Formats: sequence, C-alpha cells, structure tokens
Amino acid sequence: MNGASLARNLRMLLPAISLVVLLVAIYALQPRAISYVGFNLMLNLAIPIALATIAQMCVITVNDLDLSIGTYVGFVACVGATMLTGGVAALPFVKDLQASGALPAVLPWIMQTPLAGVLVLAFGIVIYAALGALIHWRNLPSIVVTLGMSFVWLGLSVLILPVPGGQAPAWIRQMMTLKPAFIPFPIIAAIVIAVIAHVLLMRTSYGAVLRGAGGNPRAIERAGWSLLRVKAAMFALAGFFGMLAGLSLVGLTTSGDANIALRYTLLSIAGVILGGGEFVGGRISPVGAVMGAATLTLAGSMLSFMRISPDWQIGAQGAILIVVLAARTLIDRAERSR
Amino acid sequence: MNAAAFLRRLAGRPWLWAYVAAIAVWIVTILFTGGRGAGEVLTAAFTFATFSVIVGIGQMYVVTLGPGNVDLSIPATITLAGAVATKVMDTQDGMILAGLAVALACGVGVGIVNYALIWLLRIPPIIATLSSSFLIQSTAIAYGRGIRIKPPPMLADFTTAQVFGMPVLAICIIALAAVMELVLRRTLYGRWVTAIGQNIRAARLAGIDVGRTRFAAYVMSAVFAGLCGYLLSGFSGGSSLSMGEEYLLTSIALVVIGGSSVAGGNSNVPGLWGAALFLFLVVTMLNTYGFGAGTRYLATGLIIIAVIVAASARRPAR
Amino acid sequence: MPVGEPIIRLEEVRKSFGAVRALQGVDLACHEGECIGLVGHNGAGKSTLMNLLAGVFGAEGRMSIDGIEPAGPYTIATAKANGIRCVFQELSLCPNLTVAENARVMHRALSGFGWRRRAGRLIVEKLDQVFPDHGIDAGDIVGDLPIARRQMVEIARAFTVTDAPARLVILDEPTSSLDAHLASQLLAYVRRFVAEGGCVVLISHLLGEILAAADRVIVMKDGRVVAERPAAEFTRTSLVAAMGSVAHEEAKSRDVSAARREGSPRIRARARSGGNELIAHRGEIVGLAGLGGQGQSEMLIRIFDAARRHAQGITVEGGSALVAGDRQTDGVFPLWSIAENITITSLKRLRSGILIDREKTDAMAEDWRARIGIRTPDVHNPILSLSGGNQQKALFARALGSTAETVLMDDPMRGVDIGTKQEVYGMIRSEAERGRTFLWYTTEMDELKHCDHVYVFRDHRIVADLSRGELTEERVLHASFEDVA
Repeated sequence: MNGASLARNLRMLLPAISLVVLLVAIYALQPRAISYVGFNLMLNLAIPIALATIAQMCVITVNDLDLSIGTYVGFVACVGATMLTGGVAALPFVKDLQASGALPAVLPWIMQTPLAGVLVLAFGIVIYAALGALIHWRNLPSIVVTLGMSFVWLGLSVLILPVPGGQAPAWIRQMMTLKPAFIPFPIIAAIVIAVIAHVLLMRTSYGAVLRGAGGNPRAIERAGWSLLRVKAAMFALAGFFGMLAGLSLVGLTTSGDANIALRYTLLSIAGVILGGGEFVGGRISPVGAVMGAATLTLAGSMLSFMRISPDWQIGAQGAILIVVLAARTLIDRAERSR
Repeated sequence: MNAAAFLRRLAGRPWLWAYVAAIAVWIVTILFTGGRGAGEVLTAAFTFATFSVIVGIGQMYVVTLGPGNVDLSIPATITLAGAVATKVMDTQDGMILAGLAVALACGVGVGIVNYALIWLLRIPPIIATLSSSFLIQSTAIAYGRGIRIKPPPMLADFTTAQVFGMPVLAICIIALAAVMELVLRRTLYGRWVTAIGQNIRAARLAGIDVGRTRFAAYVMSAVFAGLCGYLLSGFSGGSSLSMGEEYLLTSIALVVIGGSSVAGGNSNVPGLWGAALFLFLVVTMLNTYGFGAGTRYLATGLIIIAVIVAASARRPAR
Repeated sequence: MPVGEPIIRLEEVRKSFGAVRALQGVDLACHEGECIGLVGHNGAGKSTLMNLLAGVFGAEGRMSIDGIEPAGPYTIATAKANGIRCVFQELSLCPNLTVAENARVMHRALSGFGWRRRAGRLIVEKLDQVFPDHGIDAGDIVGDLPIARRQMVEIARAFTVTDAPARLVILDEPTSSLDAHLASQLLAYVRRFVAEGGCVVLISHLLGEILAAADRVIVMKDGRVVAERPAAEFTRTSLVAAMGSVAHEEAKSRDVSAARREGSPRIRARARSGGNELIAHRGEIVGLAGLGGQGQSEMLIRIFDAARRHAQGITVEGGSALVAGDRQTDGVFPLWSIAENITITSLKRLRSGILIDREKTDAMAEDWRARIGIRTPDVHNPILSLSGGNQQKALFARALGSTAETVLMDDPMRGVDIGTKQEVYGMIRSEAERGRTFLWYTTEMDELKHCDHVYVFRDHRIVADLSRGELTEERVLHASFEDVA
C-alpha cells in the first residue's frame, strides 16, 4: 500500500472513528443509552438529517453547494402534512374558502386525492433539476441561486401552511415508528439509506460519470458526456433525497411547519464534510455522510448525558467539525512531508 | 449621446438599478394608499435598511475577495456581540462606550478565529465560517440566556432618534458607507481587495500581500457584524437569541442586488443602500397590497434569482 | 511509405488564435501501419495540430477521413467514432475515480450489470500488454497513483477498444513522466500496434525516442511543416538542425565590451534539484532558455518571492517585479482599466495622504502609454479592449514603472506581434543600461540573442551556462534535448 492510499484510508476511516468514539463516550456516561430503546430515542432524528446530508452530498459532488436544502425539507414536510394526506382539500386556505362558503362543503374527489401531493413533490424534483441545468448553463454561483431558492421554498411552505399544523399521512407515521425485532428502526433505516446512496453513486456506471464530473469536468466533456445533463441529474437526485428527508421528518413530528428544518442546511453541509467528503473534486462517501449525520445527532444526546445545557449542542457540532477537519489537515500534512 | 454609449454608462453603474427599483416599488406602494404615509414608509425603510447595510458592507468586502469567499458567521456574531454588549452595559448610560468597545472586540475575535481556520486548516471560507458560527452561536445562547436586559436609555434613544423624519442612525451609516466606498476606490487596501478578487495569482505576482489583505477583510466583516449587534440591541430593546438570523441571507442578497459581482473583484457600496431600501420596500408594498408572509418570501427569492441571472448576461463569458 | 487511402488527411490547414497564427497551411496524412514522429520547438504548432485531429476545435482547410470528407462538422464525437484517440499532455483522467471507472468514462459500452469487472479487465489487460509488470490495480484511485502510473493508465486507456476501434492514436509527450524502462516498453508496444495495422502520431522532445519508434518524421516550425522524411534519413544532429531557424539573422549586437560580471552579483539562485547556479549582476540581461516547462517559471517565481521574504538557496538584492507571460492567468486584472492595471504595483508612490491621487496615477499611466507605445485613445479604457500585444505592453509598463531593481520576465512575448516585440526589446535594452537587471525566460531563440548570458534548463535544473560569445542556437537546442555531458 503506498503512502497516498494509506492517508486516504485513514481519512476514510475518520467518520467511523469519530462515530465510535462518540458511542463509547456515551456508553461510559450512560450505559443504558446503548440499548434498543436508547438508540430509538437518540437516532430517530438522524434519519431525516442523514437523507438531507445525502441530498447535499449530491450537490457537493459536482462542486456546488445547496443553501436551500433546509427550507426545501420544510416545504416537503408542509406538503406531506397537507396535500399528501387529504389532497388540495387539506390546504388551510381551501378550508377557509369552504368556511366562507366560496367552495362547497363537500369537495369533488379530485380535490381530495393525495395524488395532488405526489404531483407537487414531483414538481419539486423537477425544479431542482432545472436549477442544476440553469446553474451550469449560465455558469451561475450556486450559493446565490440556492440562497434565493431558500426564500422561494420558505414562501411556498408558508402559503401552504401559514401556521404549524396539518397531519402526516398514516402510512408515513407508521413507517417511522416501526419496531422491528432486535435492531432499532433508525439503524436499519440508516443502513438502507447508506446502501442505496452508495449503489447509486459509487456502483452504477453512470454514477462514475456523475462523480467524474466533479473531479475533472473537462475530461468528462472530452469523453463526449453532457455536463448539463450531469448537473441536472445530480440536482434532481438532491431533490429526491431532500424529499425523502422531508417526508421522514413529517412522519416523526406528525405535523408540518415551514420553519421545521431551517438548521438542516448547515447540518447537512457539516454532515458531508464530517463524512469524509471534500468540497471540490467529486470526492465523496455516501456511507461516511450517513455516519457524519449520525455523529452530529448523537453529539446532542452526549451533551445531555454530560448534563451540559442543550445550549451548547450546535457548539459541540461545530467543535466536532473543526476537530475532524484539523485531523484531516494533519493527516494530509504528515503524508506530504514524508 | 447615442443609445449604445448610454447603455454602457448604465452597465458601468449597476447599482443604479437598485435605486430605480426601490423608487418604483415605493411609488407603487403609495399609489395604493393614495399618497398617504409616503414619508412614514420611507422613514421605516431607512430605519430597517440601516442594520442590513452595516453587515452588508462587511459581507461585500469579503465577497469582493473572489469566488468561494463568503462570511456565514455574521448572524452568530451579531447575536454574540448584542448579548455581550447589553450585559456589559447593564442599562447604565455611562457604559455605552465600553459596550461598543466590547461589541467591536467580539467582532475582532471572531474575525481572527475565522481567518485562522481558513489559513491553518486550509479549508474553504464557507466551511470555516460555518463551523465557527456554530461555536459562536452556542456561546451566545449560553451567555445570553436568562433575563432580558434592557439597553441603556441613551443608546435606545440614539438608535431611534429622527431628524425631520430621517433616522439619525441612518445618517451615520450613510456616512460610514461613504467612507467605506472611499476606502474601496481610493486606498491601497481597496485596490488590493479588488485585485485579489479579479485574479488572485496575478495579485500575488503584482506584489500584493494576499494573506494580510484577506485577513483584514474577514476581521472587518466580523467587526461590522459586532457593530450591527450592538446597535440592534439598542434599537430593539435588548438582545435576543434570534436577532441575527435574518442577516445572513440579507447580507448576501444586498451584495447581489446592489450590483456587486458575486465572482469578486467588482463591488460597490452605494448599491448596498439601494438594495436594502428596495428589499424593505418590496416587503412593505406586498404588505400594503394585503399579501402575507409567504408571498413576501417568494418574491424576495425570485428577485435574487432574477438579479443573478440578469447579472450573468452582463458578465463576459470566461 | 504505405499506400492506400490515409485514415485521415489534412490539406492546407490553417488556424489562428487572435493575432497568433498557430498553423499556417499544414498538410498531413496518417496511414495505416505507420508511426509518425512529430517534432518541433515550443509554439511550432504541434499541440494545435493534435487538438485539431481530436476534434477539440475546427480549422480552415480540407480534411478527409478514409478518403471521404465528413458531411457535418468534425467534432470529438466524429473523431471517436472513426477510432481517432488522443493522449493529451495535461492528464484527462478524473483523479477522484478508480482506474476502472476512468475506463468506463471513455467507453459508453461499459454499462449494465458487471460493468466494473469488464472495465477493470479491459484496462488491466491493456496495461499488461503495454506495460508488463505495471503493478496497477483496477480499483486504485487515480489521484493516489504516482504521476508515472497515472500517465500509464491514460496511455493504456487510449488503446482500449469496445464499440469503436482504435485506429489512430496520438501521443503528446507520452514519456514525460515515465522512466527509461517504461518508455521503452511503450515504444515497443507502439511498434506492435503499428505492425497490426494501427497508426500512431508520436510527439516527443526526446529525439532518440522519435528516431527509434517512428517510420516517418515531420518537423514543424512556426506553424509550418519544414521537413518530412523517413526516420532513417535523419540523425539526431540533422533533426536538431531542421528544427532550428533556416536563416540565421544576427540580432543587433549589444555593446559586448561594456563591463559585465564584476562586483557582487545582485541575484544568486539554484534550483531545488541542484544544477548550476544562476548569477545575475546589475545591468545584465540574463536569459533562461530550454524547452517549455523545464522549471524556468518556477525559478522566476522563487526569486520573486525571495525578494520579499527569506528563501533558502536564493539571495536577491533589492526589489523585484514580474512580467507574466500567461497574461490571462498571471497578469491582467480583467475588470480594470489600462491605467489601473499599470499603476497597481506603484500605488504607494501615487498617493496624497492616504488616498490614491488620481492625477498622479493618470500621469504615470499616460507617461508609460507614450513611452512604451500602448495603442489606445484613452488609458481609462478597459484593459481587455487592447489587443494581446498591447495588454502585454501594459504589463511591461507595470513592472518597468515600479521601483524594482530586478525585472523577471516569464516568457512575456507569447503571442505578441513582431512590431511590438521590437519596441519592447529596445525598452529592455535601455532600462538595462540604466542599471536594471533582467531575468528573461524565453523559448524563442531570437530573444536569447538579446541576452548577456544564457542558462539552459532541463528537468528543473540548469544544465548549460552560456556566455554571450558562446551562444549558438545549436548549443541551446543540444542542451535542451539531450545531456551535454
């Protein structure tokens, strides 16, 4: 094994090491937390965060950044809590219209079918793909475009659901509260997410092209691939995983709220970096990203076991991020100086 | 003057558009009210625009440094500086200057931490300022939790004072903006920042100390965030834990709408004022016409995207 | 020479980039079963010709494939479909992907179930053929491989075949990172590939390689083919002679008798990898010669930095300023006016109080516009409104207008028209007479004749040290291409 790949393996192991260190620390503080119930409680919220992290990772793969993922997840949650349950009829403003008599008390089936929710969610993914295409076509800075989109998603969420409320579809709620034998659901879910993302990006033949576009776009273009299509595909994937994040989140909280996931934007970026992903160059690790998301979630539990005020939760997340980045820099330096 | 030359002059002053848009929105607003409240709308616009312009100036200097340079720690710094300053002043008028010094010192500290992370860990500024913002935010929350302390009365009076309907604070910040525009155009430092943003390699080879110039920009951005936190806590009757929240998106939006290039190397300060007034007036207009918060957000987002797409047409393809 | 229709034939092909005429009417025919050696000095047009064959850009002139002129425009896809492959000098592998995945990126046919295994087998089998005992695994990440292995992967990939054949493979300096053993393996494979009916265009500055592997050698100079003969008819010496300029025009001779090389030198520098020491005195013009990319630019930048802070192995007295050759990446501030571009290094002197004084900057810009002859009606026009040569003059004005005692020039005349060149040469000469020191990296022989002393670089070290009297084109070429020892 040469030095470069040794350093790379060490870098790749960093997410796993940080996760294990955290678990050991939690076990030392509160042994009972390492149990079926304990994991259920501690890792529940890791599922949507992991999905959002995978979404962010798709965008980072092609050297862009998505500052709108948080509000997009919130938007999906609002759609999930309304239109995916009761169709257009479940929207608060439609109910207001009914109350004022502008609409009849009993609406036709077409307005009650959850299909409307499915269509809106599909529309979200199409918007994402279009954004990717727009960013490539006009060579726009993704930070600014997605910053604008974060307002757009927030606005749409507030239009759909002006005050927190609504109800998640029963099937999502049931799925999120599954109690499989032996292994807690969040762990199974995390593994499934990691495997799917890994197969999609790391194992398929087009996945290689998608990642290659982050590593050396000119080479991909010279080999005859369309970078426009690659960008659109990656953003569409981000939209898809972001949608899953929103649905799983609303399944846990059971009701929607436009501001429910604002912090996901920063968390998802942190998760990708913690998971061993690099900002540029298409070097990513879906498995690491899921672990990174779990690490960030567990950091909160860890603090409460240490009886430290939850005020410090995000501080701890920031500190972990800095420590891991510092470790990575040290590894790189040690490798280079040899 | 022929049309082409006129257009070229306009393209050379992209910040004009922000003012044109602001005035247009203002007219549309007062059309609805039939002219009533026109002055009050402007007063309110200047009042609220002031705070976003302060952080916008710092953000603009950072963005000018070139692609990838952005300060995400502004909201956390605002919150921290506001919390620390109100606690230090403890409602006493005599402590106003000490409070200001402490708020600015918070900014200096944050700026140093930010640049240290960028420089030592060799990570992109976005990630550096992101991770430091986590720490700062937590510190602010832990420090500022508990009783809400009122600002010293003199500070509160100063931040809300008006002269002929014009907020005194706005006048001060207009002066500050003028100074910062002068720094950008007519000092060595301003030229260096602009040069680095256009071509960092060429800047180094032209003999510019790139490291120190970038360092100063990050410190400046954090110091302005500290100033904003200090004034905001005086204006809104004390500091709160969410007082900085909206300023991340707003500060970047001001830079974009104000006609500065997001790719760096081409910025202007006047545009920040135009953009800040425009953004506030759009909100007012939508309110006047009875639109809710959702439409306001939607409009803001679409405006940012439209401006950046329009700007990409102006920029020569490279 | 093989008969029959060539795989590809170019007739009277011309290509210009702005003012630079990269190809000025080139004929080329690549037949099955031959290896063509392509040699020439930097800027002779080899890379342009190669990009043309790869379909990266089009050009004027006629082009036919297998005797038929292509109906539509000739693009990357056309080249690919007709089995024309290129190994570019800058690596076109994705560093974040594995060896097998990089093979996949090139071949659309490698998809569906089991594609990794097939892609891995394809590339490893080809590596086995070209470089036996290569020690590369299909699962290795390319970015982790040493540069030599990356180049091996890139070369092997160009010869792999799935749905489209590989008929003509163009290798641009393929051995630049390979050791002698690997290089000989590659050349042996090239011969086998040619024997099986393929065609290879081999571009290399190692003349031994060309003479050993090629059937036919084409020598280019200034965008033209200046010699084309069977390889057997060339010797190393005759090849070097063919690359040199045909007519030796004498540069206007400087006053050689003027006092040179006395007193303590202003600059002493040695390359990191050793070699001779570079020494420059007050008022001297010192040339840095050799082929492109042999460490000359790095040396200049190290000297530039050493003038600002202490650096090991380099001593510099006084300040230094640099004139970039690659204007777009190293020199020009594209959003600024001509005046702003000229004055940026001198702004400290052009202030009143702390503010930059517009009258002073305008005066300086105006002064230099006149002195160096920048063709513009107004120095406040954008720098990009100037032609390439005039942009370069602005960069010269920036450096010469500064107070720096030493001016470093990083091949600054690239793509500059002859008139501008003559004006700048005169400028440099008069500035040197006033005591300035110039370090001048150039790949053009004619420019070296303006120098008092020339150092030839090869493999990031100085391999020859020629005084003005000793300077001949032949000596420089010999030192650039082969060991002088």
